[in-house]
Order: sequence, then structure tokens, then C-alpha cells
Amino acid sequence: MPWSNQSGGGGNGGGWKGGGGGGGPWGQGPGSQPPDLEEMLKRSQDRMKQVMHGGGIPGPLAFLAALVAAAVVAWYAFFFRVDPDELGVVMRFGEFVRQEPPGLHFRYPYPIEEVIRPKVTTQNIIEIGMRSANFERGFGGGGVQDVKEESLMLTGDENTVDIDFVVYWRIKDAAQYLFNIQNPNNTVKEVAESAMREVVGQSEIQPLLTQARQKTEAAVLKLMQDTLNGYGAGIQIDQVTLQKVDPPSEVIDAFRDVQAARADKERLQNEAFAYANKVVPEARGEAERILQGAEGFKQQTVAEAQGQTVRFLKVYDEYKKAPEVTRKRIFLETMERVFGGTDKVIIDSKSGQGVVPYLPLDQLQQRRQPSEGGN
Amino acid sequence: MRAFLAFVIILLGAAAAAVYASAYIVHQNEQALVLEFGKPKRVVQQPGLHWKLPLVETVDIFDKRILDIDTSTQEVTASDQKRLLVDAFARYKIVDPLKFYQTLRLESNVRSRLGPIVESALRRALGGATFQDLVRDKREALMKQIAANVNEEGKDFGLEVVDVRIKRADLPDQNLKSVFDRMRAERLREAAEFRAQGTGEANRIKATADREVTVIKAEATRKGEELRGAGEAERNKIFADAFGRDPDFFAFYRSMQAYEQGLKPGDTRLVISPDSDFFKYFSNPQGTEPAPTPPKP
Repeated sequence: MPWSNQSGGGGNGGGWKGGGGGGGPWGQGPGSQPPDLEEMLKRSQDRMKQVMHGGGIPGPLAFLAALVAAAVVAWYAFFFRVDPDELGVVMRFGEFVRQEPPGLHFRYPYPIEEVIRPKVTTQNIIEIGMRSANFERGFGGGGVQDVKEESLMLTGDENTVDIDFVVYWRIKDAAQYLFNIQNPNNTVKEVAESAMREVVGQSEIQPLLTQARQKTEAAVLKLMQDTLNGYGAGIQIDQVTLQKVDPPSEVIDAFRDVQAARADKERLQNEAFAYANKVVPEARGEAERILQGAEGFKQQTVAEAQGQTVRFLKVYDEYKKAPEVTRKRIFLETMERVFGGTDKVIIDSKSGQGVVPYLPLDQLQQRRQPSEGGN
Repeated sequence: MRAFLAFVIILLGAAAAAVYASAYIVHQNEQALVLEFGKPKRVVQQPGLHWKLPLVETVDIFDKRILDIDTSTQEVTASDQKRLLVDAFARYKIVDPLKFYQTLRLESNVRSRLGPIVESALRRALGGATFQDLVRDKREALMKQIAANVNEEGKDFGLEVVDVRIKRADLPDQNLKSVFDRMRAERLREAAEFRAQGTGEANRIKATADREVTVIKAEATRKGEELRGAGEAERNKIFADAFGRDPDFFAFYRSMQAYEQGLKPGDTRLVISPDSDFFKYFSNPQGTEPAPTPPKP
């Protein structure tokens, strides 16, 4: 601070201190608020008188001390500094005359000019619907307390939704901000609440909960900005951020159930697709099996037919050469094979004329050598 | 010399006192009402240093900024008999310091006078509007209407009402409960619908798959039967071609095969007459005059 440089630095300072008997209003200065200038003037005059009339201290030294005091007073009376986050708003006899950027600036002393230094670059934060314990240190740290009466609001389709949001604002026009509205913080907050409710009142709950967040934020920001501009508040809304958009806690279960139902729907469909993807290829395989079987049958049938035909034709070719003999031979050979393997009973029809022979067929079954009527 | 100095000091002091008594500062955010022994003389809007007659004139300073007033929560009944808790705020400024001085004097009195005016304007406007008008459709227009009404009445107090905004318009607690019930019922219906859609869709997918399976198999069976038919047809053709050359011999040859196939050893018992052609030489080496008799089964 220039203050501490003034009082502490320099060789004269030490000499002055020694002469003045130590201490004084300047010694305790650093870090504290600038003292009332009038009082300072008065006190330094007193001291000067003391020094002059006391006689113990030589004239030049007293003069030097007076000079330093005057310089210090002048410094604070005629100059002011503006920090990087501030703007110096200068008023002459209460009337706004000029704004000064950060740096050191000249001014007329107190009764003539006054300076207010609002912090114009600082982003102010207003939470609505909640209060976080250590908001200044950022999100997530402390517990968040819900403020129901601020956060519950009606939607256009007569549902209720629980919305927490944060508004970031800053001073856009320092003069307007200082001179046009009385209670900026409260104004921003009330305008924010009003705007959010108006926007929410015009939308339905489903889009609010899902995809309309950005739209809502933008609409609230615009409405707030318009309203504040109407007041000439000199305030700029930087950002409106929805923190939480939920159905009220009383019905949140039902909303979660809807999510679950959506998942169930997906699952059922997927299961059905899985089933379809299983049975259809299986059926195609089965169809292929049927076709191959049929094809096999066809080829087999044809091949068998061809084989039998070829056999027959071979036999027939031979037969044509000697039909009678071959026919008889085939007959006898076949009969030979047929009779050779079967049980037989030979009845001479001439011998048993008129008599119905009794044939116990079931007994023939047991007896290996049936002989009835001659063998 | 000493007396002169004292005189000068006294003179300066008097001058300072005179300046102090006759000058006043109006800040940028203020306006002043100058009174002459209580009689209103003039209103000063221009900020800066101003002069007055000392002792004769007194100055009252008023705020020129936009001031705020917040109403208490009102329970109003909309035209469709729905009840609502409405909370509004107004923004106003003092435009006529004299009237303001005469009627209210202090800002702290504004709340008690303007508050009821805002509240009654609110009731009047909302009584003619439906719940939906207030919440959704005509909020902006209603607020404008209320602000206009309040502004009209505020003029009597030297006030200009810049804006009236409905901050909250909520349902009372007992109605809120029924809203919650309805919301829950709606969600449950929605959930049931989703699940039913899921089941329906699943059934549709499965049924489609089943139908496809049936069709695929049927088609395959049809083709299969065609193939089998074609095979048999070809077989018949082959046989017909071959056997057609000598039907008589075919009948004989095929019969022979059939006998051999049909009369298997072990399960067949023949009762035959020795008259058959097979036994032609059985009792007659000359083989004359055979009288074939069909064997009895």
C-alpha cells in the first residue's frame, strides 16, 4: 500500500518520529482504514501549534514535519486507487460525473468529490431452491439444503416439479447499478424466481425433466435480462444453470418406475428378438434337412429303379435267346428257393376226394415232421 | 493585530456556518423536497450542490431508485374455482416527493399502504382468470394488468409502479397432495403402458418368428414332396420303359421276385397240392398233363 510506503519509508520519517516524540496518528496507520480527513487536519494543526509554541524543537524540523504531514494528507485527499476488479465511480457534490478504470486517479477532496468503487468484474452467485453450506468454495463440498417453497413449482400441465438453479450475474453498468435500484441482490433473486416459474409454467413436465434443460435455461436468462433491463438495473445475467430438475420427492418412485418400465420394454423386445434369431435359423436348417432328405429319396428311388431295370433287361436279353427254357429255369429255381425255406404240407387232392382233411395247423407248428395223407 | 486575527477567524467561522446551513447535496440516487416553514416550495431532481435559505427552508431527501416491496402470500380462488397460493412483488419509485411526503412520508410506510393495493389488484385480476391462464397462458398479460391497476392507485401516493411480478403461484398443500396422487397415477399408467407395449411387441416378434418358422418348414415340405414325387415319377417311367418291352415276361419275372420276397423262410407254411407245375415230375417222369392248382394259403 502506498500508505505504508509513505509513513515507514525514507530517512526523514525517522527524524520526524524522533522529533515528534514518537507515535502520533501516522505511526499506527498501516493496514487500517484512512482516518477522517478533517480530524487528521485538525490534529496535525494542534501538533504544529504545540511544536511551534513548545519551543523545544527547532523551527526547520517542525517545518519539515508539517510538510510531510501536508503531503500525506494531500495524497489521500487528492488521489484514489482503483483495484483491478473495481471501477471508480466519481460523484461531484453527489452528482455522477465520471468513471475511472483500475489505477491511480486524481480527485478533489472529500466534500467536493466522492468515490464509490463497486466490484464490476466479480461474478455474483445466487442459489434458488437450495442453499449449499460452503458455496463460496465451490460445489460438492458441503451439504446442500433444499428450500422447498422456492424449488417446487407448477408446470403447464398441472404437474409439480422440483427445480434448483443457480444464477450468475455481474455489474454491467456501474452507474445504473448504483443509482437505479435499491436492492440489487434481492431484485435479481426475485426476478429469477418469477422468470423460472413463468418459463416452467409454460412447459410440460416431461420435456423439462429430459431434453429441454438448455432451452429452459436460455428462456429464463432472456426473461430475467429483459426484466432487469426494464428496471435499468445495469446488471448482466451471465448464466442460469439448472442444478436439479426432479419430480417432487413424493412421486419420484413412480417416475423411476417409468424408467424401469422403459427398460423392461427394451428387455422384453430384446428377448423376443433373441428368440426369433434362434428359431428362424433353426427352421432354415430343418428345411434344408427336409429338402436334402427328399433329394436323397428321389435319387435313391431313381437309382434303384435304374438298377432293377438294368437287371431286368439283362435277364430279358438272355430270355429272348431261349424263352421257354429260361422261363422254366427261372420258375424252378425260384420255387426251389421258396419251397426250400418254408414248411409245407402236400395234400393230394385225388386221394382225399370228398373228404375235408383235418389239418391241425397249430400242432403242425410244433411238430417238425408233419405227415398226413402221404409224403 | 491579535484582535484582527480573532475577528478574521470568527468571520471565517461564520462564513463556514452559513455555507453549512444553506448548502445541501442531492446525490445521484436521491431527490429533495424543499419546505419553507413546512410549506412546500420546490422539488429538486437534479443531483449536485444546491442552496437554500438557512433556517427558513428545510430539505427532505427521498430515494430516487427503484424500490421493492414484497407481498405476503395470498390464497386466491381462480375463476374455475381452483385455489392458488400467490406471492408477488412490486417495483416502484417515488416520482412525486410532495405527494409522497403528504401521504406516506417514510418508505417504511409504503409496505402497509401499497401492499394491500397490490394484493387486492392481484385478487381482482386473478379472480377473472382461470388457473391455466395464471400458470401458463396469460401470466405476462395478467402481470401487466395488475401493474397498470396498481400504478393507477399508486399515483395518489406519488409513486410510480414500474412492475408487478407474480413470483410464486402454487397449489395449497391439500391440493398439492391430490396433484401428487394424479402424477403418480399418470406415471403408473405410463409404466404399465410401457410394459404392455413391451409384452405386445415381444409377442409380435415371437409370433412373426413362429410364422416364419412354419412357413419355412411348410415350404421345405412342399419342395420335399415335389422331389419325392419327381423321383417316383421317374422311377415309374424307367420301369415302364423297360418293362413295356415284354409285359408278359415282366409279369412272370416280377412274380417270381415277389414270391421269393413274399414267402420268407420260417414264417410261411404252405399247404400245396402235388398237382402244381412244380410237381410235374413228382409222380410222372413223363411230365404229362399237369393240372396246376393254386396253392392254398
